[in-house]
Amino acid sequence: MENKKIYTVTALFDTPDEITDAAKATAGAGYTKFDINTPYPVHGMEKAMKLKPSYLGYVTLFFGLSGAAFAMLFMSWVSIYNYPLVIGGKPFFSWPAFVPITFEVTVLSAAIGTVGVLIALMFRFPNTAHPLHDTNYMKKVSADKFGLNITSLDPLFDENKIKEFFKGLGGKEIETIYEEDKKAEIKVFDYRFIMTLVLVAIVTAGTTYFVLNKLLYMQPFTWMGEQDKVIAQSESNFYNDGFSMRLPVEGTVARGYLPYEYKGAPDSVIKFISNPLPFTKDIIEKGKMRFDTYCSPCHGYFGQSDSRLHDQFPKPPTLHSDKVRNWPDGNIYNVITNGQNVMPSYEKQISREDRWAIIHYVRVLQRSLNAKDSDIDTSQVKREK
Amino acid sequence: MTTIDFTHEIPVIEGKPAASSIDEMVSAPLNQKPGKVWKILFTITVTMLTVGSVALGLTFYYGIGLWGNNQPVGWGFDIVNFVFWVGIGHAGTLISAILFLLRQKWRTGIARFAEAMTIFAVMCAGLFPAIHTGRAWLDGYLFPYPNANHIWVNFISPLLWDVFAVSTYFTVSLIFWYIGLIPDLATLRDRATTKWKKISYSIFSLGWRHSARHWQHYEKAYVILAGFATPLVLSVHTIVSFDFAVSVIPGWHTTIFPPYFVAGAVFSGFAMVQNVLIFVRQAFKLQHIITLNTLEKMNQVMILTGSIVGYAYATEFFTAWYSGNQFEMFTFINRALGPYAWAYWTMISCNVIFPQLFWFKKIRRSILFMFIIGVFVNVGMWFERFVIIVTSLSRDYLPSSWHMYVPTVYDLAILMMSFGLFFTLTLLFVRTLPVVSIAEVKAHVDGAQPVHKGVH
Ligand code: HEC
Repeated sequence: MENKKIYTVTALFDTPDEITDAAKATAGAGYTKFDINTPYPVHGMEKAMKLKPSYLGYVTLFFGLSGAAFAMLFMSWVSIYNYPLVIGGKPFFSWPAFVPITFEVTVLSAAIGTVGVLIALMFRFPNTAHPLHDTNYMKKVSADKFGLNITSLDPLFDENKIKEFFKGLGGKEIETIYEEDKKAEIKVFDYRFIMTLVLVAIVTAGTTYFVLNKLLYMQPFTWMGEQDKVIAQSESNFYNDGFSMRLPVEGTVARGYLPYEYKGAPDSVIKFISNPLPFTKDIIEKGKMRFDTYCSPCHGYFGQSDSRLHDQFPKPPTLHSDKVRNWPDGNIYNVITNGQNVMPSYEKQISREDRWAIIHYVRVLQRSLNAKDSDIDTSQVKREK
Repeated sequence: MTTIDFTHEIPVIEGKPAASSIDEMVSAPLNQKPGKVWKILFTITVTMLTVGSVALGLTFYYGIGLWGNNQPVGWGFDIVNFVFWVGIGHAGTLISAILFLLRQKWRTGIARFAEAMTIFAVMCAGLFPAIHTGRAWLDGYLFPYPNANHIWVNFISPLLWDVFAVSTYFTVSLIFWYIGLIPDLATLRDRATTKWKKISYSIFSLGWRHSARHWQHYEKAYVILAGFATPLVLSVHTIVSFDFAVSVIPGWHTTIFPPYFVAGAVFSGFAMVQNVLIFVRQAFKLQHIITLNTLEKMNQVMILTGSIVGYAYATEFFTAWYSGNQFEMFTFINRALGPYAWAYWTMISCNVIFPQLFWFKKIRRSILFMFIIGVFVNVGMWFERFVIIVTSLSRDYLPSSWHMYVPTVYDLAILMMSFGLFFTLTLLFVRTLPVVSIAEVKAHVDGAQPVHKGVH
């Protein structure tokens, strides 16, 4: 027994008044490393023990403010820069709508931070190997007694003197508590400790990987997405040729796509094909739409061959050349339908009518860049004197 | 007539029990073998849970087409149950946090239990939005995390606010509850007789030593958490009500929803806590800790919140008329006189009329009556959510798309499952953890605090 290290000397008291007085006396006698153990918080104890007020409030403030700032900044970053979504025409930075989440995150981080600091840093828990555990003293203060103990860390510590002091205060069951024999010392380079760390790291990383990259993509039942139908371009065992898609019956002609009857015909014939559409505003507007869709990537919106393809495709010549301007409509029609050198044929993509509408629009473009004086509506112009 | 002594506060804990007898009493249920009644109740609740889980499994397999939801009633029992359960949870936080801040000592005996019920209720609540997405296995996407698709959730949607509100609420309630449990677990640790109990209580009490230096920070932490839980609980049902109020459906698009929902939540939560406590105090002989006075106070809170709810119903009607908006007016007339009038009048009678009986002291203090009224309140509050959701959706703007909502057997089974889950957890709780906060009760027994003789 003698070679054991003393941890503390304890005494028990019966009533809250006794313990409060004892605490005052102990603090008054100059002891600092002492503690009171009570089954429930006794009012006025921190004053009696001369404790400093708890600084926990500042911890909460810190975590709360960090949570609030993080939430606000994060949502702003997502909504303004990373993933801007137009929702109901509202501005990207709709801060009032960020308030609810900011509030929730504030509360969450403050609560977790406060309790984390409280338990890990202030209490230094978990600690089930403390010398006081499993003692008669602990069992009593856990139920209905009020305990006082002065630890050997106190500069004024002297076992016998303290025992006398406790007797004087009216303490009962005065005992000495020794430190555990083999106080488990934590060695950082213990191989078991390191293996545990490694194991924890592997399990955490593995689980995270599994959850984020596998579990979230696992579909227990995919048939809600799959339906009893043949998908385009897929294989099918139903037909001999193995294709799921069927060719139309031979000789089928899609509406608006009658085959071009002047394929390979000489210019002398082509120039007599005339535009069947009237030159009206509606048609020109439709032609503009089709031109912007099909022709502008290469020819530019105004036919000036300001291609948007950045030289990934040969630049076409301008559509404002004398050549094209003097061409009859039939020639342009021929180019769209058959293609010309590197320009592909648009026979299968643009209906006959739309091709003619485009040609009207091309004429409008050409005229707009080569307006004659006679085009000016003089009645609208005020001449200068 | 009995005279009342106003010079003394009625003691919260009756009869000055000795501290050790409190330990004895509270830990008794944890040491006994389960009794017959407990076993029968547990069998019933587990059966409810199991049957409901089968319905849930079928829902996962076949999809939510099994439910009664249709076009235009896209929210049916799923959301009704969600709002109902979140509401139940609110009483616990109100009792443990708000009444704590208001220094209402009568909460002492019931706070632990009410907090536990909050946690279980929020678990039941969280279930419903999770399954109503249809493919619950994809719910991970509800949380904003840097995923491979490079997409983020929509932070300005009330449905996302819900995700944050409910998960924060659950986490904070759990922390609050656990912090309260630590000293009690330490007491149980020191009383443990078997090895396993000793080990598990040691682990979960983290090595608590009842040290005054710890109590000081602990009490501070408790105040702080209560201070956060208070606005949190208000925010949760406010945000739940935003799910409706932010939309443009007639009968939903109103600004009174947040306070009205919060009052309703507290109302139904108190009814539920009161109902369950009546059983618990009887079963575990805790009549002098969970006193009749406490139950009476709960009933008083129910008159207050019930009247607020009734007032809100009236306000809704008035506003609908005063707005001059044809759709609003129609919606409310349709609620009271339309095809779901039976639900509306169930709601009105259970929520507004019956609780008014609590004005009579005799009824307020009669266990039988308060139990029955408590059940009514819960039924009524469930129907309130049903009325709000289903009547508004089934007849909104376009008469050609009106459609009645009829729940299917799967809806009912899943509702039953949530009750099964709630009561199973409650039954397990009463046998594994102290249902009353030992440390707090000890601190509130007469004579537990120093009398401060002389100077301060
Ligand atoms: C893929 C790019 C591309 C698209 C799209 C395109 N063209 Fe062309 N186009 C060209 C090229 C390149 C030439 C020059 C061909 C050659 O070298 O003879 C050309 C030539 C022409 C010519 C003859 C010009 C000349 O001076 O010989 C006309 C007319 C013409 N395109 C009209 C159109 C019209 C109308 C459309 C829209 C239906 C269109 N093109 C769409 C690339 C394109």
